Amino acid sequence: MLDGGNQKRLSRRELLRRAGLLGLSVPAVSALLAACAREEATPTTAALPTTAPPAATPTAAPAATPTPAAAASPAVTVGPAAGEIVIGVLATLEGAFALFGDEGVRGVEMAIAEFGGEIGGKKLRIVKESTDATPQVAREKARKLIEQDRVDLIVGPLSGDEGLAIRDYAKTVPDKTFVNGTSAAQDTTLRDPAPNFFRFSTDGVQWMAGLGTYCYQEKGYRRVATLGEDYSYPYSQVAGFLLEFCKLGGEVAAQFWVPIGTRDYSSVISSMPADIDAIYVILGGSDAVNFLQAYADFGGQAALIGGSSTIDQNVLEAKGNIRQRVIGIPGAGPVAADNPDPAWQAWVEAYRKQFPDGLSTPSLFCWGYYVNAKGLLLGLREVNGDLSDGQKKLQAALAKVAFDGPTGHIELDENRQAIANNYVTEVAKGPDGNLYNKLVKVVEGVNQTLGLPKEQYLALGSFTRDNPKCEDIHRAFGS
Amino acid sequence: MTWTQFVTVTLNGLTLAALYFLVAVGFTLIFGLMRVVNLAHGSLYLFGGYVGWTVAERSGNWILGAVTAAVVAAVAGLALQQALLRPIQGQDLREALVTIGVSIVAADLMLAQWGGFTYGFSPPRAISGGARLPVLDIGYPRYRLFLLAFALVVGLVLWLLLTRTRLGITIRAAIDDRDMVSAVGVNVQRLFALMFAFGAGLAGLAGVVGGSAFSIASGEDARYLLASLIVVIIGGMGSLPGTAVASLLVALVEQYSLALFPTYAAIVSFLLMVVVLAVRPQGLFGRPA
Repeated sequence: MLDGGNQKRLSRRELLRRAGLLGLSVPAVSALLAACAREEATPTTAALPTTAPPAATPTAAPAATPTPAAAASPAVTVGPAAGEIVIGVLATLEGAFALFGDEGVRGVEMAIAEFGGEIGGKKLRIVKESTDATPQVAREKARKLIEQDRVDLIVGPLSGDEGLAIRDYAKTVPDKTFVNGTSAAQDTTLRDPAPNFFRFSTDGVQWMAGLGTYCYQEKGYRRVATLGEDYSYPYSQVAGFLLEFCKLGGEVAAQFWVPIGTRDYSSVISSMPADIDAIYVILGGSDAVNFLQAYADFGGQAALIGGSSTIDQNVLEAKGNIRQRVIGIPGAGPVAADNPDPAWQAWVEAYRKQFPDGLSTPSLFCWGYYVNAKGLLLGLREVNGDLSDGQKKLQAALAKVAFDGPTGHIELDENRQAIANNYVTEVAKGPDGNLYNKLVKVVEGVNQTLGLPKEQYLALGSFTRDNPKCEDIHRAFGS
Repeated sequence: MTWTQFVTVTLNGLTLAALYFLVAVGFTLIFGLMRVVNLAHGSLYLFGGYVGWTVAERSGNWILGAVTAAVVAAVAGLALQQALLRPIQGQDLREALVTIGVSIVAADLMLAQWGGFTYGFSPPRAISGGARLPVLDIGYPRYRLFLLAFALVVGLVLWLLLTRTRLGITIRAAIDDRDMVSAVGVNVQRLFALMFAFGAGLAGLAGVVGGSAFSIASGEDARYLLASLIVVIIGGMGSLPGTAVASLLVALVEQYSLALFPTYAAIVSFLLMVVVLAVRPQGLFGRPA
């Protein structure tokens, strides 16, 4: 055996070369393998304990039951069978954003359950596809859903850059209809929108409505630094905060943009200027947790202001002592956990009933996928499930859909973008020990330009890591 | 950059290097001895972290959590080596592919078991909280200093083990020429199993020790695998001093770039790797073929 091994052994140099190559190809290969694995697993991902719908809701069951034929041969089940409507769901079901994806799928399942799992006598079936929050994979998976699984409609995606990619892809398949998940880059619908992409959820700028004003007027912050991940959604969030904060006279001392997945924030924290009142932080999932932990460890003095995902329920329910460090942080977003609105209370109740092992309160990801799926299903009901004529009838109906969701009235503007309520919140500890976003202020009917004149708003240009600056905001809108 | 900022960022680099060293050293030892590129190493790290968190939370004892994590990861590593890798020993491409497969399956299983939540540890009071550094008068988290000390101890023990003990001599001999070592009557298979379990155990331990500095969450496995790969490619596969020096280089470069130009921090460590590979393809401490 050793002799055999000896002959097969490669020279050290060859080995090193191969090892290096392997190392570089690991991300690619594993992404590929993960993709394959996920495709195979599509019918069964619902079996994960976290996403499995309870037996109490028979309506969601068809979607979750793996069709035996699917496992045997994909050729048998692809495409809608007679009398069924197939909805593809794009969400991040693995990796750092896995929890968000789970929440998104729950939102879709809630909406479908609400409609009894069928519309116009046609059964609703969902096909889940996992993305990894990158635009390339989102586009690839959307194509797979449409070309291979032959879905009629797509709900998703979850993350900012993905949304831009899906918007562009949607233009190439005009006879399919897309509704957003929670992707919240503003440009997805503000600039160059796709006629068949609808967003019933608000975007990253809208989610900040009210926060800049609250921080300036109530908290008395005058000078802030901003810290965010370096992609389209945090750009929108920072811009949304600055639009109000700068207009009132606030100043920005420094801006930091870090790569997604940054683990160690200690050096960023030590680079923060000393003369600031607060740091505006927009980081998602474990990035937010890592930052909050490091900030506490390093004895950070400035107050914190949270972007919508920094203080989302997913972060608040992180396990361990990090939870104690977020109490009192102001933030804003499309949901507030203790919203007294009966519609919200009823929705939270339904969520808890349908997902006993879900979060204590549904997160904004559940909300986003829910309102988008609900908008889509309302449109479908309007046309009685009729998808003929290249879905033209459905798309026309969707543009007119308006409804009262768990967070109040939602309607679309001419770019098929939601106008909805927004909530300024503060992290608080509930009587049961769970952390939640306590409602501070409701901002009603927030549109995409935060009520600012559209022409000047568009003239600011796309939001990037350097845009907008406070001076630009003063110049455009006065102060 | 001010003086205090420079010191803090340097300390951040040193402590991050400590963590990289803890994770990568098992990886490089396994490679050095067995020529197996264990691409499931990150999964062992994450697995150790989850198990350690669960035990620490139930028992309220962080140290017990860390020890359990090391033991459980070592057993998992041993099982991986005995059940899957031993039958295909010597076929390095297959070995690498099998370990990639294991890492993907493990990632999904762990996601099903622990969910997508982020887990934070509560280390004992003695090593948490802030410390005031003498002379410089800079506040610094005590846990990070512990991390640095811990990695130094592990590195020192390993170095003594490899250079001063009979086992270490056998291991070094086997790294140089395992057929010869086997011919003089050493049970090489047992040595392999021991080393694999040891490397896996270190990864599991790092899951708790490193997870306490940051956090544990789904997706960390891939990040630490990548970090380990960069470290051992720069340091030279299979070299203990190489791993130590490369950990320092990678972590310091990462921290300085995060402080100076955070936007481009992600690519800088890859740039470092490109430069090293261009100048010294075998890595800084790797031996030429």
